[in-house]
Amino acid sequence: MASGQAWGDQQFETVIGRLLRTGVILAAAWVLVGGIRYVREYRGTKPDYKVFQGEPADLKHTNEIVHAAMGLHARGLIQLGLLLLIATPMARVAFSVIGFALEKDWFYVGITLLVLALLIYSLSSS
Amino acid sequence: MTTFEFTILIAIGSLVAGLLGALTGLGGGVVIVPLLTLGFGVDIRYAIGASLVSVIATSSGAAAAYVKEGYSNIRVGMFLEVATTFGALTGAYLAVSTPTSAIAIIFGVVLLFSAYMANKPPKDASPDEPPDRYATLLKMDGTYPTARGEKSYHVRNIHTGFGLMYIAGVLSGLLGIGSGAVKVLAMDQAMRIPFKVSTTTSNFMIGVTAAASAGIYLHRGYIDPGLAMPVMLGVLAGALIGARILPHAKVRTLRMVFSGVIAALAVEMIFKGVRGSF
Repeated sequence: MASGQAWGDQQFETVIGRLLRTGVILAAAWVLVGGIRYVREYRGTKPDYKVFQGEPADLKHTNEIVHAAMGLHARGLIQLGLLLLIATPMARVAFSVIGFALEKDWFYVGITLLVLALLIYSLSSS
Repeated sequence: MTTFEFTILIAIGSLVAGLLGALTGLGGGVVIVPLLTLGFGVDIRYAIGASLVSVIATSSGAAAAYVKEGYSNIRVGMFLEVATTFGALTGAYLAVSTPTSAIAIIFGVVLLFSAYMANKPPKDASPDEPPDRYATLLKMDGTYPTARGEKSYHVRNIHTGFGLMYIAGVLSGLLGIGSGAVKVLAMDQAMRIPFKVSTTTSNFMIGVTAAASAGIYLHRGYIDPGLAMPVMLGVLAGALIGARILPHAKVRTLRMVFSGVIAALAVEMIFKGVRGSF
């Protein structure tokens, strides 16, 4: 590796790697808490995934998911954890923008911003 | 079956899938969809949503370990990520208009290909090849650690790699898998990147690609919390255990057996898809 790249490609990445793992652990813990509530609440019901119906609106969109989770609804809590999980790769890309900017590698700042824009579009479109 | 029993069974199945996926390098995602659809009768759309979520978890969870080893090439990864995220969005949009039986058939074919790729011996590119003009321009050439110290490599055929990555993204978005096999094909075979660098860079890319289509799946109501919860937790736990025991495990036989199972699942998915029972 050329010496100019050493920071961006190694130490910075190590920090990002740890952050990512922390994000995943947090998301998993959140999902687990919601999951325990879910299994208790829905103990007597029979799950049916044979016919696709799609999720209700409060489990599809970011604002509604946060709202459902605030109300401590089990399924809303899990969905918020999953949303956090989907956000971890986005955070990772956002940090890479900073990493390339620190190296003043503007071409890759542009590339990374494009990827980030696509991710934000995906999560905000409906 | 009650919700409690269903959740426990799915979690155990996903744990085994994640464990085997990590040990064999095939990834847990490839068997989640067959497990849920063939094993539990889950609609393939819910199965794909749950699988995508587990793919993000394993990819991001493993990133820290891979980065420490110093193999991944972030520039190559980020550049190709443009192709895979565009592909993932395309695949996620295609998923709505594609009949589920067609999705099942495509899934089966990709499974067969993954099983074949996993059993091919890794081939390292020869370091004597001249550098590619565009790769040099894009600062993609790098080094990676070997037993004899740092070894440099040149990246080649960026166009082919970029095109293959777009296909990898489409498959990921359409089928809810990491498409690791196609990603490694693009980097290892087409772009002549050393095998270890290809696999670790591919892992880094998988999470970002899956996140791109997961957003769309979420808004479309394909991600059910009650199903995704045991799948995600199970696969993640299995993958973490797998990564722990991997250095001590003899994986060759295991990989062959697991590939055989995957091939059988693939044939069943294709068969059912052709008969239209998906």
